[in-house]
Amino acid sequence: MQLIKDQQIIDNTWQFIADTDELKSGDISMPLARWQGEKPQLLAHDGKLGVRISSADSVDELADDLEKLQLIELDFPDFADGRLFSQAWLLRGRYDYHGEIRAIGHFIPDQVFYLARVGVNAFSPETSEELPEIINKLKDFTVNYQSSIN
Amino acid sequence: MYQYTDTDQTLVDERVAQFRRQTEQFLKGELSEDHYRALRLRNGVYIQTHAPLLRVAGPYGLLNSKQVRKLAHIARFYDKKYCHFTTRQNIQFNWPKLETIPDILAELASVQMHSIQTSGNCMRNTTTDHLAGVCVDEIEDPRPYCEIIRQWTTLHPEFDYLPRKFKIAVSGALHDRAATQFHDIGLHLVKNAEGEVGFKVIVGGGLGRTPIIGQVIKPYLEKKHLLSYLEAILRIYNLYGRRDNKYKARIKILVKESSLAKFSALVDKEWSHLKDNNELSSERIAAMCAQFSAPAYDDGAVDDQSFAQQQAADQAFATWVKHNTANHKVSGYRAAFVSLKAPDSPPGDMTDDQLDAVADLADTYSFGEIRVTHRQNLILADIKQADLYSLWQKLAELKLATPNIGTATDMICCPGLDFCSLANAGSIGIAKEINEALDDMDYIHDIGDLKINMSGCMNGCAHQSVGHIGILGVDKKGTEWYQLTLGGSSENNAAIGERLGPAVAKDQITQAIVTILDVYIKQRLEEESFLDMVNRVGITPFKEQVYATH
Ligand code: HEM
Ligand code: SF4
Repeated sequence: MQLIKDQQIIDNTWQFIADTDELKSGDISMPLARWQGEKPQLLAHDGKLGVRISSADSVDELADDLEKLQLIELDFPDFADGRLFSQAWLLRGRYDYHGEIRAIGHFIPDQVFYLARVGVNAFSPETSEELPEIINKLKDFTVNYQSSIN
Repeated sequence: MYQYTDTDQTLVDERVAQFRRQTEQFLKGELSEDHYRALRLRNGVYIQTHAPLLRVAGPYGLLNSKQVRKLAHIARFYDKKYCHFTTRQNIQFNWPKLETIPDILAELASVQMHSIQTSGNCMRNTTTDHLAGVCVDEIEDPRPYCEIIRQWTTLHPEFDYLPRKFKIAVSGALHDRAATQFHDIGLHLVKNAEGEVGFKVIVGGGLGRTPIIGQVIKPYLEKKHLLSYLEAILRIYNLYGRRDNKYKARIKILVKESSLAKFSALVDKEWSHLKDNNELSSERIAAMCAQFSAPAYDDGAVDDQSFAQQQAADQAFATWVKHNTANHKVSGYRAAFVSLKAPDSPPGDMTDDQLDAVADLADTYSFGEIRVTHRQNLILADIKQADLYSLWQKLAELKLATPNIGTATDMICCPGLDFCSLANAGSIGIAKEINEALDDMDYIHDIGDLKINMSGCMNGCAHQSVGHIGILGVDKKGTEWYQLTLGGSSENNAAIGERLGPAVAKDQITQAIVTILDVYIKQRLEEESFLDMVNRVGITPFKEQVYATH
């Protein structure tokens, strides 16, 4: 599967493990609860680590772990649920997170310009047809009125 | 008046291009109904009973003559030769074709206008006092701050998908003419003990189904902190506002359910991280204030003798001056209302020809500026007293001089069943009926200051809950009924009207209003306004008469 990272189309190298899945080798991301529950074992893992959060999760809970995480996935339950825009801002603006922040789930290409401004740098759309559209829509505006992350 | 920079113009042009692409995608079937809906709403496009409705932003109600001529042009070529001014100082077109809306937006952009964020669950057009900058009771002109807020809210990347819509109003005067206590955030310019001017911040007010009076969250906020404090409130609302039930999603419910103290603690904690980084510099404020500097008033205006003579000689003119003009801070000038409440036309509507004519009058008499009031009238704010007589004559020819500002027939009225798919009952027709029943101007002037607000359903677009008399359309087994409330106010003495009793049938509602006014005439004290009397005697005397014969 392909996605966009830093304006480029690239292949996905990460695998997701749900709460009850067996650990896999390589780069893995997981739900917040699993990360919190199995931190010691996970820190011994051979690949990179990521956490998938949804709107109702609080990024404050990840504040102390961020240097151990190379990926935070923002899983949109519904494109109209804007909480993840603030979560992304907090990750970059408050907690100074420098890893990858990836939008997944039900966001829409028409939101990527705003998502990029609040610090999201990777987009994994539901269908690959949306990839070129996303690259284009990242350039919807050349100006803005207010400071944010970007 | 604020003039766009290259940045403003580029942003608005790019927004038009973006919406054009989105609309094309939708019409080709490449964008789903649901996704397009969210995007079109953020460009002011509703789909209602008959056709799309386009809501254009009137930035804090301030327009120039060129913009008003553009509205006339749009009404003429894209719509049915009229437009509608709303209670939030915006402009609505009721009949544009969806395919032409990108072109309309491009026309608007050519005169520094847009429809960005005039609907949808995002930060809306900021509103203010329609007498800003000219009234006699002003602490400071609120418009520079409105423009700063307009820019901050426009295309804000973090807060475009809020739980619900979000409205900010700013008042700079002692008398609150901007209904700030019924906004998600209300800002009042106030002086502190040291004589410095800052903001009193009110949060959690709102109308609609659950009208709530806002509460003071910061009695005094330094100007430099304006944007960081707004950001803190918006972030807390975006993260914690309810998303499970759209009727509980406004910030008023969050504030109420969590208590002001808790909400305010969350905001303060968030703000403590932000306040030192994102200060509004005094240079930026000064530069913005310069954009709203006073026009070149004529020092000699006050020497004119004709104004007094014309009033003495022409009773109709004197009546118009009394009701449809307001004091101005510069002697020799007055602010003149353009009444959009003529008896035979729907409240707040204006034709293409009237728009063009008012633009000309603004150029001739009022430095080319026109304002929209939140009671759906217009104002020419800077008229020399010597010019009032000829202005009045010209407005009268245009049917824009009905001397009824602030009186019973200056009703706020939503589109109701005629245009709105959510309506339970008609409102424009009832407004017309009430107008016909109250066709005696002397009687209306005798009643004096009265705000009648009427909405066709409990969404409350016409603010019925804060009308001195509120009329609310309700549905009873498919027929139209009307619920009455008395004693509401959106001004300093903010209050939500009290229910008079059971809803009244459609053929009884006008009589009920007439009865209420008769009770007032008979039982008022000398100089006592309708609202004051309701506050003194309560609803009982009115109730007894209205329901006496039922
Ligand atoms: C015909 C199309 C219209 C539709 C479908 C519509 C829909 C709605 C809905 C659903 C609400 C309730 C929102 C809430 O409670 O959060 C509302 C509130 C409101 N609408 Fe409309 N409306 C229409 C026209 C208008 C017009 C013409 C005006 C201006 C005169 C207007 C001004 C307002 C205002 C001021 C509110 C109250 C906002 C508050 O709670 O503070 N609407 N409208
Ligand atoms: S109050 Fe109700 S009927 Fe009137 S415009 Fe609003 S939604 Fe429609």
